[in-house]
Amino acid sequence: MTSVAAHERLVGGAVAPHPPGRAGFVGTVRSEFTKLWSVRSTYWTLLALLIVCVGIGALFCWGQTARLASISSGTTLRGGPIPAGAVHSILIQREDQTRSMATTISLFGLLFGQLIIVVLGSLVITSEYSTGMIRTSLTSMPRRGTIFAAKAFVFGVVALVTGLVTSFLAFFVGQAILSSWHVNDTLGQTDVLRSVIGGGLFLCVCGLLSFGIGAMLRHSAGAISASIGLLFVVFILSNFLPGPPSGWFGQTDIDKWIPFFAGSRLWENALGGVHLFSPWTSFGVFCAYAAAAMIGGLVLFLRRDA
Amino acid sequence: MIEARGLTKRYGNTLAVDQLSFDVEPGKITGFLGPNGAGKTTTMRLILGLDRPTSGDVRVNGKHLNQLAWPMREVGALLDAKAVHGGRSAYNHLLCLAQTNGLHRSRVDEVLDLVGLHEVARKRSKGFSLGMGQRLGIAAALLGDPSILMFDEPVNGLDPEGILWVRNLMKALAAEGRTVFVSSHLMSEMENTADFLIVIGRGKLIAQSSVAEFIAANSQQSVRVSTPERSALAAAAAAAGATVRDDDSGKLIVLGLTPAQVGDLAFEHGIRLHELAPAHASLEQAFMELTASSVEFQAGLPGDQDRVAAGKVA
Repeated sequence: MTSVAAHERLVGGAVAPHPPGRAGFVGTVRSEFTKLWSVRSTYWTLLALLIVCVGIGALFCWGQTARLASISSGTTLRGGPIPAGAVHSILIQREDQTRSMATTISLFGLLFGQLIIVVLGSLVITSEYSTGMIRTSLTSMPRRGTIFAAKAFVFGVVALVTGLVTSFLAFFVGQAILSSWHVNDTLGQTDVLRSVIGGGLFLCVCGLLSFGIGAMLRHSAGAISASIGLLFVVFILSNFLPGPPSGWFGQTDIDKWIPFFAGSRLWENALGGVHLFSPWTSFGVFCAYAAAAMIGGLVLFLRRDA
Repeated sequence: MIEARGLTKRYGNTLAVDQLSFDVEPGKITGFLGPNGAGKTTTMRLILGLDRPTSGDVRVNGKHLNQLAWPMREVGALLDAKAVHGGRSAYNHLLCLAQTNGLHRSRVDEVLDLVGLHEVARKRSKGFSLGMGQRLGIAAALLGDPSILMFDEPVNGLDPEGILWVRNLMKALAAEGRTVFVSSHLMSEMENTADFLIVIGRGKLIAQSSVAEFIAANSQQSVRVSTPERSALAAAAAAAGATVRDDDSGKLIVLGLTPAQVGDLAFEHGIRLHELAPAHASLEQAFMELTASSVEFQAGLPGDQDRVAAGKVA
């Protein structure tokens, strides 16, 4: 038990004079950085992100090489024989396909990685509400705009760095596997570097989108579900719309506006992209969604009772 | 210095805080009293800027909280001991708060020592007992060495030793010239600590005075008497205009006479007295009398109605 005497010694008899200036963005960024890295969920989610993205990409690449190997030995993957004359042409066709999509194949895990980064993006803000920490946070830093900006900044930077590391690692691991058949891409090729960097940007913006949704909903499960719904479910549903020959408003008209398609245009070319905007315009559309969510979140954060 | 002027907060149809105006001055402990649901916590949330007032205004050191240059260095608050992320260690919890206001890491160690949480500083606060959580909340409030301190029900969940510690801490803080604003629904607690009282009920200001004045103004003087001739004394006192009732231990409580008057009365009637003492009119009593009409959730005791009807309740 510490006595009052100890208190008097520590606090001093008088209230200490305040330093010049005022509490602002820099200190709050430091605080948010401490907050993010002092809970276990951050480590687990980012580790899961890395494992899922790199692992699924590697698995997909390995699948391609296994397929090429089986064709070259004259059998299908199921072990059935391929007519001798057909082997060579099938193999060339498969090699060409794999080569043209080598980068996308290695980044395929990002499709699932987005589901993980949105968990962290939501939790960064919603855990403040679920734990009640927000009341303590806002008492120590009552300038709400500053807290919101610092939080978004710290999470955005962490998500971007982790996203880039994940994307590059998935690329290199995937290409290493594909290189056994010489169907791999290198960073120097057209659009490859853009795709790999684009993978990192995509993950970061996915996270910020869910951060904005989290700020609006203030509820972990709700924010995560809404983010996954928006990113993952909507693009699956869009596949049920009428296709290209349709005379009325259909899939081809709406694809370019679907968040996942817009966001992934930067790092994948498997969809052909014929109905989509150019990669950077597309990514701009995706960023606009994230910005809308964040602005909505900020406005509510400033106005609502905490 | 905290100044509230016409502070009002409405949640839907409920008027949680209704036209509150009060000053909380430095150098003393100001108790903020009210039954559960009276609006104490809401008022504190309004002071801290967590909630926006429907109308009216409240300022700390002349400013709204978000206008203060270094909020934590001016105001420290313990609203809810559970307002922490349980997955974060006590040290990191305090560190992230300290960093917003440019406070040095060493200050975190200081307050951890001060509240006696040094040994568990690296443990996640999820596993803390209610008392430890309360200490962590107090540590956070003290972190910025602020001139204004607000505690919402600070002794909740503390053991007697902890209660004494909080009491002494608050007294020491007030003695240093700080503004200490502490809410409680426990009158006995305030009686032991507060210098000044702000009493509210159903969101409205009921009283604002020093503790002594409050008791004097709101409770009748009473005398506790022990005598083998109870009925004789009761009759004599009643004849002298006093109200007499039994206390729980078989003694008589005489309302409306001074101890000297009761003694004289007994002497005149030749009644033997075993004990004659001024009953300490407690803050608890005064408070109950004052807020009886403003308790939001009034619980009826079984049998109350009958006893009132039979006139057994004094």
